[in-house]
Amino acid sequence: MSAEKLKLYQVGTFAVGNRLLDPDQRTVQARTERSNTLTSGHRACRGCGEALGARYALDAAMRATEGRLIAANATGCLEVFSTPYPESSWQLPWLHSLFGNAPAVASGIAAALKVKGRTDIRVIGQGGDGGTLDIGFACLSGMFERNDDVLYVCYDNEAYMNTGVQRSSATPPAARTANTKPVGDDPGNVFGQGKSAPLIAMAHEIPYVATATVADLHDLEHKIERAMEFRGARYVHILVPCPLGWGSESSVTITLARLAQETGLFPVFEAEGGDVVAVSKIRRRVPVDEYLRPQRRFAHLFGDPPRTDVILQLQKIADRNIDRFGLLEDS
Amino acid sequence: MFQVRIHGRGGQGVVTAAELLSVAAFLEGKHSQAFPMFGSERTGAPVVAFCRFSDQPIRLREPIVEPDALIVQDPTLLHQVDLFAGVGHETYILINTSRSLEALGIGEFLATLQPERVLAVPATELAREHVGRPLPNAALLGAFAALTGAISIDSVTAAIRDRFSGRIADANVTAAEAAHELAAARGDQVPVHA
Amino acid sequence: MRSQLEGSLAVAKAVALCRPEVISAYPISPQTHIVEALSDLVRTGELAPCEYLMVESEFAAMSAAIGASATGARAYTATASQGLLYMAEALYNASGLGLPIVMTVANRAIGAPINIWNDHSDAMSQRDSGWIQLYAESNQEAVDLHIQAFRLAEELSVPVMVCMDGFVLTHAIEPVELPTQEQVDAFLPTFDPRQVLDPDDPVTIGAMVGPEAFAEVKYLMHAKQMQALDLIPEISGAFSQAFGRTSGGLVHAYRSADAETIVVALGSVLGTIEEVVDELRTEGVRIGAVGVTCFRPYPLDEIRAALQGAKRVVVLEKAFAVGLGGIVGQNVRLALSGLPVQVYDTVAGLGGRPITRRTLRTLVTDVLEERLEPDRLAFLDLDWKLVERELQRLSDNRRSGPHAENILRDVGTVAASAHGGPR
Repeated sequence: MSAEKLKLYQVGTFAVGNRLLDPDQRTVQARTERSNTLTSGHRACRGCGEALGARYALDAAMRATEGRLIAANATGCLEVFSTPYPESSWQLPWLHSLFGNAPAVASGIAAALKVKGRTDIRVIGQGGDGGTLDIGFACLSGMFERNDDVLYVCYDNEAYMNTGVQRSSATPPAARTANTKPVGDDPGNVFGQGKSAPLIAMAHEIPYVATATVADLHDLEHKIERAMEFRGARYVHILVPCPLGWGSESSVTITLARLAQETGLFPVFEAEGGDVVAVSKIRRRVPVDEYLRPQRRFAHLFGDPPRTDVILQLQKIADRNIDRFGLLEDS
Repeated sequence: MFQVRIHGRGGQGVVTAAELLSVAAFLEGKHSQAFPMFGSERTGAPVVAFCRFSDQPIRLREPIVEPDALIVQDPTLLHQVDLFAGVGHETYILINTSRSLEALGIGEFLATLQPERVLAVPATELAREHVGRPLPNAALLGAFAALTGAISIDSVTAAIRDRFSGRIADANVTAAEAAHELAAARGDQVPVHA
Repeated sequence: MRSQLEGSLAVAKAVALCRPEVISAYPISPQTHIVEALSDLVRTGELAPCEYLMVESEFAAMSAAIGASATGARAYTATASQGLLYMAEALYNASGLGLPIVMTVANRAIGAPINIWNDHSDAMSQRDSGWIQLYAESNQEAVDLHIQAFRLAEELSVPVMVCMDGFVLTHAIEPVELPTQEQVDAFLPTFDPRQVLDPDDPVTIGAMVGPEAFAEVKYLMHAKQMQALDLIPEISGAFSQAFGRTSGGLVHAYRSADAETIVVALGSVLGTIEEVVDELRTEGVRIGAVGVTCFRPYPLDEIRAALQGAKRVVVLEKAFAVGLGGIVGQNVRLALSGLPVQVYDTVAGLGGRPITRRTLRTLVTDVLEERLEPDRLAFLDLDWKLVERELQRLSDNRRSGPHAENILRDVGTVAASAHGGPR
């Protein structure tokens, strides 16, 4: 009798669409009754992390709110690819106003719902790192400080992608962007102190803050649903790799998100009332270069000669995060 | 039309004085208008406020250049600001001071005016006594009523009660009435209607 | 009920009577008393139900109003000067989306140099933003225009800004007739939005529109403003019926029917102008005034009709187009094109400089004695000596210093510098 070798692909304990799971353990994405809030037909690039993240987040939010949800969206990739005139891929009430005001618009929507006694309808504000951390930052902080009943979701692809990949305050050090090219002695983006939106959100002492990536669907959905259990200002920051801006293969978007978490460069955690209450431990620690290599935005670090000094600096950032958030299993 | 210009410093209730005067006139069935001229909020800076009242509707919106009455809430302005700009021979002048007008260094100028139209009133002292704070505006309005006869003391006190309540209203009314008595008691003065 | 009260307070009460559901406001002089008073009314429950958002900037104020209005709530805000500019992007967004927000603009100069006093440069800078612009002549009219504005905005789905002169009106205490809640309710129905964010009937609002359709969407904004030219007099008429007084409308004419000379202006200065008109009439001068109450949309036909009988028109405005001349003046000339009417453009009152009867009388005399050049913007009450001195400084020194400080030194406000006096 001949034997055929079968490859067993173990992709994780709770895989997407895993029909072997009990129905109540399945993700929203695995259910036939998912809302498809961001439905097909949008114009995102293949492999777009933001399209994935938005679909995941909004379907989870729609389940948590039983479909009673209104979205305010900042200008950016998501807004542009989801509403190519005359089409729209949104299956919920959706408002796009400006680049810098999504949090304030969301506050206005929440106020209107409150005055009309319709607090059963929830509000989600969303935008990219540009609209959230830079131009929209004042509005974000204002919304946090007032504790308006809004869940704000930031899809972080670490640069102003829609306008051609210019750097944002979320762009990692050493990364190439259109205006931080790898020329001169300090190639790529500067090594500043960074700007941690989740930590800033926590400093506002809002009810709930969390980070997530598109690599862990269960975790992302859990965070959105958990956020919807609270009233007041909530913030969820999702890492969404961008194949075009990062210079990565469209097939490795999810892999890169996982590597970002496993290096420690993107800590995944939850906080309530300003204090961290849970972290996603790193099960298989990965050195930063494994994460950096597949991205052409870091290609200049692997030239001849390689910039091991820069890679070391990035490793230090990862190490610090691991320390600071206690991301290793045994810590 | 009777036009009043009030000078003082920020924080002394100059704007409120003009407002109260306009309300007093309103309560007498007159048309009245009050408005301030000031910079960004800060105490101590010179402030001017205006009040006009008339039997006809008032459409005019310019600062009062030729006042029928001038109220000076703070005499330290005397040599800093051109307080007497536009003052004529018929103008009533009311100055908040416990000193004599000569001691203020304006005796010569005031001598050119009609003596029965010029009055010094220790409004700050009266305010301290009755209100417990050095806010001379209510007292000055009481004296104004006696000096000019353009508004009655009853309207002034009614305006005070309209704007303030409780103990503050009572105290300011008392201050206004005290100043009114003081002013009326000055022998040679004959109130003249505008 | 007739009361003697501050303009800001009167407007706050009028707005409250209109039952706004969401108020978002950021304070800026000279609008502060309006938003403070509204805050009090909400806190005491006198204005309820109403959500009052204390936003972190004017940009946020208009943005929150956009969100609220799109959700079907009657939304209101107020601002002035720098605040209006800070929300400029959102102004265009609101008008482009067709949201019937009503906003008070307490007209104030725009810096630099920073100046908190009244002129029209703020509202004029946004005259093409797609917002309807109404200018109040008095606090009574300011009250009335707000009530009319909500009805106008909601019927057309166009945002409306009610302009009232900062300090001159906002901080003036004068008699105002405030209507009752019943009267306002009868005049202003509950807000019935044309578009609303509703989970039971989801719509996408604010999508990108490409070259295929943008022009048509923009044209509709224009068309709706043209409709306002008919609707505004209608609403003013209905207001008159309901409240018993004339307020609003497109233009106010004062003794202009048989006038040879007509002064055209916007806002509170019209009060002083009317006084001067009366004075000059007793002296035999055939003079009148026309107040433009609705500046956008521009009532071209009505202005033409009001001015065409005159020999000369003097436009007195409180803002100007730098490098060009008058703003209102240009618009008036447009209305009079083809007619043998001489138009004079004048600007006064910039940065809060008072416009007095004397200024106006001098102006009229200069016009009648042909001392004013008809093709140039005339700056009234300008201290030419100060200007010439500063211009001389510019030509004498490369490092001539900031204009404002130099001129203020000359005026005497700033003590001479320790290094030897003004340069």
